[in-house]
This record gives sequence, structure tokens and C-alpha cells, in this order.
Amino acid sequence: MARTLITMPSKARRGELIEIRCLIGHVMETGYRRSDDGQLMPRDLIRAFRCEYGGAVVFSVELHAAVAANPLIAFWLRAADSGPLRFTWEGDRGFAQTEVLDLRVT
Amino acid sequence: MTMRRRVVFGLTGAVFLRPALAGDAEMAAAIQRFTDGATPVGGRVHLDIAPLVENGNAVPVTIRVDSAMSAAEHVQQIALFNQLNPQPDVAIFKLSPGLGRAEVSTRIRLATSQQLVALARFSDGSFGMQRVDVIVTLAACVE
Repeated sequence: MARTLITMPSKARRGELIEIRCLIGHVMETGYRRSDDGQLMPRDLIRAFRCEYGGAVVFSVELHAAVAANPLIAFWLRAADSGPLRFTWEGDRGFAQTEVLDLRVT
Repeated sequence: MTMRRRVVFGLTGAVFLRPALAGDAEMAAAIQRFTDGATPVGGRVHLDIAPLVENGNAVPVTIRVDSAMSAAEHVQQIALFNQLNPQPDVAIFKLSPGLGRAEVSTRIRLATSQQLVALARFSDGSFGMQRVDVIVTLAACVE
């Protein structure tokens, strides 16, 4: 399991815009670099990220090799209803990780 | 060898010894694939990035698009392309009206000084674009 750091408020007023910042520990190996013994290091990327809220995917990203290691993805969300936010990362070599955070809307 | 020949050989070397990087044609093709032939207009897309980048391994970028983000009129996708990394694609963000604000941030790699292009696809099928030139002093490891 990779380490993740998701920064967002735990509660918000209905209709309020909140910023969500998602970090995950991952090498994002491009497949263009060589190791010390001259071998090409195999590509190992996170390819996709998505955020589900209120039963729908509200935001998703397609990532390529030009995204830096330990990718940061930040976006905004309008608080609508209390409920969980599901954050999912998927990548090469079967990488998949999901984090769930609750948002309380008052 | 005459001076003139040396100059000619030197120039040919400079042209052919460049590492294999994408170029204007690859970036134009990637933009064409994204817009499906439509012509993007400037003005509504804002690509924020430092004009002078000290470390190309992690360069913060923010893309902001002027949009009400209502069900009727919103930004569907935001794409970022580069000119001189090995691949022209950086990331494609898919948005929905529920976000309330069309603004995304990430950190990217830049192999060398080059041009970046941010594009937005609006719900009415039109496209917005902004180009930004950046200078990179320490490049990201490509090889």
C-alpha cells in the first residue's frame, strides 16, 4: 500500500466550494531512465485517478509519464450532501488503491 | 580540413545528436486528437506556471478556466500537452458540473525549456487554449 495524503475539510456548508488535494507516494517511473548497470528501468506509472461522490464519478484524471513522482492532484468540489468521497488510483503492475473520507454537509 | 567544413560538420552534429524528444509535430498531433479538428480559441483558459523553472522534476502547474460550471454550461475536460518531453501528453482531467469551479493543479516533469499548451473542452463542443513558454535550468532525468 502506498502512502496517501488527502487534504480536505471534514465539514462544509451546503453549496460551499472546497479544495481537495490528493498526494500519493509513487515513483512514476517513466520507462526512459537507465539504472546504474545500463538497463532500461521498466515503466511503472499511475495511469488513472478518480473521485466518486454522491454515487457518481465527479472528477477523473488520465496521467502520463510527464506527471512528477508522488503525483499531486488538486481540484475543487461543491459540497452537496453528506457522504463519503472515494478516491481511487490505478496504474501499471496491477496498482490499485482506494481511500474513503467522509464529508459532513450542514 | 577548412574552417568552413568544420563549421558545417559541427552544425550537422548539433542537429543529429539531439536526444529523441517529441516536437512541434507530435504536440500538434496530440492537440488535433484532443480537439478532433476544431480550432481552439484563446482567452478563457489560464495556465499558471513559473516562467523560470529551477527543477524540472516537479514543476507546479495550475489550470483555471472561466466557466460558470452549471449543468447547461461547463467545462468537460482540461488537457495539458508539452512540446519537448519524450511524449506530448501530460494529463487529461475530466470534470463535471458538480465541481463548482474549473481549476486543477498538479506537478509535472519538464525535460528541457519548451512550450506548454493547456486546452479546455466546453459543454457546447467548443475549445479554449493557452500556450506558455517556460525556461528550465535543471532538466528532469530523461535518460
